[in-house]
Amino acid sequence: MNKLSTALVAALAVFSMSEMAWAGKDLDAIKTRGQLVCGVMEGTAGFARLDNRGKWVGFNVDLCRAISAVIFGDSEKVKYVPLTTQQRFTAVQSGEVDLLTRNVTWTLTRDTVLGLDFGAVFYYDGQGLMVNKKLGVKSAKELEGATVCVAPGTTTELNLADYFRANKMTFKPVVIEKVDEVRAAFFSGRCDVYTNDSTSLYATRAANPPPPLTPDDFVILPEIISKEPLAPAFRQGDNQFGDIVRWTQYAMIETEEYGITSENVDEMLKSDNPSIKRILGVSPGMGKSLGVDEKWVYNIVKQVGNYGESFERNIGMGSPLKIARGLNALWKNGGAQYAPPIR
Amino acid sequence: MTDVPAGERQQLPPPATDSGALGWLRRNLFSSWGNAITTVVLLFLLLWLVTSFLNWAVVNAVWTAPNGQACRGHGACWALIHEKYRFIFFGTFPYEQQWRPLLAVIIMIVMLVTSADRRMWNQRLLWIWGTGSFLTFLLMFGQIHIPLGLILFVALAVGGLGMLLRSTVAKPTEIAGWRTLAAIGAIGIVLRLTGVLPPWSLALAPFSYVETSLWGGLPVTLILATYGLVFAFPYGILLALGRRSNLPLIKGLCVGFIELIRGVPLISLLIMASVMLPLFLPTGMSIDKFLRALVAVIFFAGAYIAEIIRGGLQSLPKGQFEAADAMGLNYFQKTTLIILPQALRVVIPPLINTFIGFFKDTSLVLIIGIFDFLNAANQALVDPNWAGFPSEVYLFAAFVYFCFCFSMSRYSKYLEVELNKGTRR
Repeated sequence: MNKLSTALVAALAVFSMSEMAWAGKDLDAIKTRGQLVCGVMEGTAGFARLDNRGKWVGFNVDLCRAISAVIFGDSEKVKYVPLTTQQRFTAVQSGEVDLLTRNVTWTLTRDTVLGLDFGAVFYYDGQGLMVNKKLGVKSAKELEGATVCVAPGTTTELNLADYFRANKMTFKPVVIEKVDEVRAAFFSGRCDVYTNDSTSLYATRAANPPPPLTPDDFVILPEIISKEPLAPAFRQGDNQFGDIVRWTQYAMIETEEYGITSENVDEMLKSDNPSIKRILGVSPGMGKSLGVDEKWVYNIVKQVGNYGESFERNIGMGSPLKIARGLNALWKNGGAQYAPPIR
Repeated sequence: MTDVPAGERQQLPPPATDSGALGWLRRNLFSSWGNAITTVVLLFLLLWLVTSFLNWAVVNAVWTAPNGQACRGHGACWALIHEKYRFIFFGTFPYEQQWRPLLAVIIMIVMLVTSADRRMWNQRLLWIWGTGSFLTFLLMFGQIHIPLGLILFVALAVGGLGMLLRSTVAKPTEIAGWRTLAAIGAIGIVLRLTGVLPPWSLALAPFSYVETSLWGGLPVTLILATYGLVFAFPYGILLALGRRSNLPLIKGLCVGFIELIRGVPLISLLIMASVMLPLFLPTGMSIDKFLRALVAVIFFAGAYIAEIIRGGLQSLPKGQFEAADAMGLNYFQKTTLIILPQALRVVIPPLINTFIGFFKDTSLVLIIGIFDFLNAANQALVDPNWAGFPSEVYLFAAFVYFCFCFSMSRYSKYLEVELNKGTRR
């Protein structure tokens, strides 16, 4: 998002802030409505898209379904609102959506000035670089003098310039306004490198190479040149709803850590492990503390799956996107996904 | 050789090389060496283009395939359309219920086709559109709740209009009928507002309720275009008449509205309606996104139609107005019986042009996240299992759009001939 529109949205947010600061009401409104309203991306492979039957599927969609499972015990009580980049923040501020599970980077200004709150990081993203395999480039350090396709006015362009300057390299930017055209320029060979958030690069590589090119013709370089922690966003002011969002995310990570999956969750109910008993609500207490049903985690895992399952199914090796877990592996496996204990 | 009188000479047919298909070819395509070469070269080019297109689209095409991988390396991947056609046509409408939008589309097309016939241009048109629209929306929504207030308001409006429009032509009994209807409406509304009548509503609920955010595909495009234009047309007429009014306030308002709307792109109106409007409304309250888009289309189309109709109004000679005045017709009668029929006939081509333009412009709603036909087709491209076949999807979408737009343009041709019979020689 460029600076002008950020400033505009911020100004509008301040303008409408006075009406937004009350507590507990968001959750009540969701419960009375009987539906969670989720703002999602308009169609990005792996993260949020419509399948053949017109149903929303994807990694971001799974998070909405999990939260719905916690609040209602049913993962299907979600209404999805596809939002563009321009609409996404106003839609949250105006109450059109309860929750934004787009790929939104958590930053200080968005957390404060825009009047938003963020849940936990569901995906550690970062800006990456994609090149054609034919170039034989193995590392971003070899890109001296490269032509780079990039969208203008975004932080992406600034990060790129910073990275090349820091590594004392030069590059020729090819700046094109529309995403489709940037991609087309890259695939037609007008530039050597295409840079964007790596999630977007993986999605582009999986979905966009025009025939006869295939996804295998392109490599995404290992270097990540910026931090883009993606987290769900919601209005400030309802702490209980915020808790539910965060702990839904933690529960998905925690269940992966304890090896509780959608397949074995019924057997896990009989487990002797006190932690698992606590998590699954066999020994009650956790649900009550959060203000939801004791079977909340059971419902998430049974209906949606744990973090790892959702990851693999939508964007991981089990999907056409083939994103490696990397930074999004559990902390035990050297990643950054770490959940506070449910106790 | 003896001289035969002119009238009895044998009539020879023209030389074969100068008449018939051969003669036509010679005259038009091979009249000189240069032309002959151009013809041959262009023919080869055309042949090459057509064969390579047919090779791609028919001969080497893949009609069924489990996924996009199986399609690679062949011709057109129609398997993708086969896989996605229901999504492209009906978007996010609940899958098991998709016969409903299908039926709604059929009803709308029947409605449009029947009302295209000139013999239907009387009260029957009202019935066709009344029942057609009712069925369409009942099928799309699944349930319709009509509040008592609305029924009373319609009674008042219909009664009032009847009184106004039929005042000089109708028999006293008919006028009394209109009067009773209007009176029932007016009294009912007062009673409803004061709380004497309960907040009763007529509920029709044969199917499960489907909200507008789940509508998608062709029905959305058709509803936006049809109802956008159906409402924009009378609105545009009013604006055009208002712009030519002698009353400065009405004239000023109409000029201001038309110039304001014409001065901004449709996209910016749609963005205003979808991004800015919610900020000014109280938290939690939101106006239906579909309705917002429809209103934006009506405003926009209304302003353009108004200017086209104003062109028609200005083309009428002043004598027509004066003659109508001399006949003692009032403003309503003058406008509806003398002026508009002539003015509208003149502007058929630009009107249909605008209609076709707006039919396609409705696809701009994709920027506010409504899945109309084109946007649903776009969504079908996102599936990573079917990556990389945009041409097939866009060709298919273009074909469907073409079918609609071409029939509209043929209809415009027919209307021109039909309505100009009087002035034709």
